[in-house]
Amino acid sequence: MKKIKNSIIVLLCLVTTIVVGQPKGDVVIKGGTVLTVTNGTLENTDVYIKDGKIQRIAENIKAPSGVKVIDASGLYVMPGIIDAHSHLGISTVNEATSPITADVWTGDVINPYSVGMYWALAGGVTSIHAMHGSANVIGGQNETMKLRWGQTDPEAFRMQGAPRTIKFALGENPTRVHGRGNGVNPSTRMGVEFVIRDGFNKAIEYKKAWAEYEASKKKNPRAVPPKYNLRLQTLVDILDGKILIHCHSYRADEILMLTRVAKDFGIKNLTFQHANEAFKVAPELAEFGAGASVFADWWAYKFEVYYSTAYNATILTRNGVRTSINSDSGELIRHLYHEAAKTQRYGDLSDDEALALITINPALQLGVGDRIGSIEKGKDGDIAIFKNHPLSVYTVPQYTLVDGVVYFDINNDPDDMRVNINPEESIEPVILDENHERCMQDTEWIFNNK
Amino acid sequence: MKKLIKIYFIMLIFLAFGAKAQMSKGEKGTFALTNATVVTVSNGTIENATVIISNGMIMEVGANVTVPEGATTIDCAGHYIYPGMIDSGTNVGLVEVGSLAETRDNSEIGSVKPHIQALTAINPNSTVIPVTRVGGITTVLTNPEGGLIPGTSALINLHGYTPEQMYAGFKGMRINFPNSGRRGRRDRRSDDEIKKALEKALKELNDVWGKATEYSGMMDAHNSNSTNPKPDYYPEMEAMIPVIKGEIPVLIEVNAAKDIQAALTWIKDNEVNAILTGVAEGWRVADEIAEAGVSVITGPMFSTPTRSSDRYDRRYANPGIMAKAGVKVAIRTAETENARNLPFNAGFAVAYGMEKDEAIKAVTLNPAEIFGLGDQLGSIEKGKMANLVVTDGDLFETKTTIVHLFISGWQIPIDSRHIRLYEEFLERSPGLSK
Repeated sequence: MKKIKNSIIVLLCLVTTIVVGQPKGDVVIKGGTVLTVTNGTLENTDVYIKDGKIQRIAENIKAPSGVKVIDASGLYVMPGIIDAHSHLGISTVNEATSPITADVWTGDVINPYSVGMYWALAGGVTSIHAMHGSANVIGGQNETMKLRWGQTDPEAFRMQGAPRTIKFALGENPTRVHGRGNGVNPSTRMGVEFVIRDGFNKAIEYKKAWAEYEASKKKNPRAVPPKYNLRLQTLVDILDGKILIHCHSYRADEILMLTRVAKDFGIKNLTFQHANEAFKVAPELAEFGAGASVFADWWAYKFEVYYSTAYNATILTRNGVRTSINSDSGELIRHLYHEAAKTQRYGDLSDDEALALITINPALQLGVGDRIGSIEKGKDGDIAIFKNHPLSVYTVPQYTLVDGVVYFDINNDPDDMRVNINPEESIEPVILDENHERCMQDTEWIFNNK
Repeated sequence: MKKLIKIYFIMLIFLAFGAKAQMSKGEKGTFALTNATVVTVSNGTIENATVIISNGMIMEVGANVTVPEGATTIDCAGHYIYPGMIDSGTNVGLVEVGSLAETRDNSEIGSVKPHIQALTAINPNSTVIPVTRVGGITTVLTNPEGGLIPGTSALINLHGYTPEQMYAGFKGMRINFPNSGRRGRRDRRSDDEIKKALEKALKELNDVWGKATEYSGMMDAHNSNSTNPKPDYYPEMEAMIPVIKGEIPVLIEVNAAKDIQAALTWIKDNEVNAILTGVAEGWRVADEIAEAGVSVITGPMFSTPTRSSDRYDRRYANPGIMAKAGVKVAIRTAETENARNLPFNAGFAVAYGMEKDEAIKAVTLNPAEIFGLGDQLGSIEKGKMANLVVTDGDLFETKTTIVHLFISGWQIPIDSRHIRLYEEFLERSPGLSK
């Protein structure tokens, strides 16, 4: 009996650790210039990835027989790029039905067929933070994914064990959707603050009601539990530090507002997304310990980004704010290495500082800095290999690996990398003028029906 | 009441002039840029060379040039001098804040509006202008948008206080050629609806062209003999006369491969003085474009492939493929606030196959020639307008810094709101405590 029990336990362990469609590879990347990001640059160095993890970084590693070898001589080897703000790989973006929709999750709508994920791999990206949109003050929860292109099971794309994160949004988008679109709070930045505080206050009451029930249950078997509410429970999880907040924001005042709210409710982990004016309150962000995930140079596309500067990432970095550069775009995600390089035109960041903006810093902001974001022993074998230095405008990504498995190979991939082809599509459409910002996707109906 | 209005006016004047001046001024004079590596574009690269600027022009270029008396000498040792870059398609000056209709002057009502002039609504004081020029872009084509004929584009230098001071000598009539593509992934029209819209637009274009040809002919007949009837006042048709005569080129916006083919046929059939713009799928029909001998302004490069089945790098590779086929190619950003990314568009074209020299031409001499200004702009030659960029490195390289900037001979300060915010906030004062 005990034997059976043991084997069941072993079986259960296997089921939970081996996730379908998440293959792990063995590979030796030989002779490249290795940009570790956290431990400097190593010339003519090999990286051995075993069972998906970085096993060794050294010169002249002899590849075990049968293990794939990538000749990286003359090439640059860097950690896979991480995009802390993407809407790729999910079929819908905004649940724009209430100022608070903490109960929904983009992880429920992973779309393995979005070819944009392959295009991102061809830009050296290995992980994305597939975010809910910015229509709601407290939006849905997000999914941290790895770009295991070619898999058809949505589960294959999850980064197992990554912390839960949730999207918040301040300023023009939620006030436009809810205030002006639906005639409910918030229509101003004052209202935005109220919606957040109100949500957290209700969550505290909800938590208390459950705690009281749990206490009274012991004495009174007939005690009635409170009505379960996933939305409020999610807010409770935020207050309990189980979910990281990633907040769409632009203006300095609204950024400061959320840091004050966070302090009042004991929330420690904040990352401001976009944050075009974060540079104006960089000392305050550094003091709080908040992060910023910004564009390199996007500005003036709406009023709340008119008083921006392309030096944002540099000012933030120099003031001690953990900063990343993100895409929020199926186009921009393809050249985040170039966006990071712009901090050497708009500012004077070192190569390592610039590369950190798209590797270790976003990894830390997503709570996975111990697993990805640099080339270190024991970390995941997520690697991007470039011809020419990745911060040069003339660089060209050559290979992209996730967990030691090659998902992009410039010399061997066919042109057409679609996984599924719509049989109803007689002639393939020609798409022009792809909209860059997708943060407001799936909200058009609110305005079109008026 | 009258008094109140007066006070209000005084207040307005204060607001306008009392505010701190936005940017420091440009300076005109005689300049000698010495010890530089000069990339002339038209005559190779000259090491250790001097460029003399006077009266807005390039007076001398070469390794053995005497610096005239009284010239301001700027030592450019270790630096490079390039012609100022030309962005051949933007909304600079017409759009200030993308989402605010009040600040967008790029799209007039209507479909056929050849009488609409971009130059008239260009705001010389747009914040975007200094932000763009300190990136080394000295000249941009600014486009009106929307409808079948959006209006007349204008080439402007990014320095001056009136549109006239900025005007760089080229106007082109835009035509949005009937389009079989989709406007984006959310364009949910059926194939049939798209086909019908395409046919309707093509009919409209041919109707307009026919009408304009007729109008132009009637006007000629009247002008040569006043007994011939004068056609009625018709501003749209009047604006089309120089276009019909080929005096003002047509900038034909066209992107899908089969639309490009249709446009080439249309250009030939109607004997149009034409330049193709956009041309996202030019790589599919590059030989046909080359054979037709029509020049191309392509971009933006920073776009996803037009078809999901395409190789991921098609937009980056597009200019190089067309240039190799023999097409004269200029690169545009199709941007407003980020036209400063023009050198990076060109850099990506090089990374994905375009010859470096060709790419430099695509943002300098080629557009100048396409705009009929090959004798005035686009290269560093004696007698050309002094639009020059002094850099500390490769023109397209991301980390390269623009050290000096000259537009029509004026030395322009390296100053913009972005730079000022950097200076103010890098070490904010007060910091955390006041």
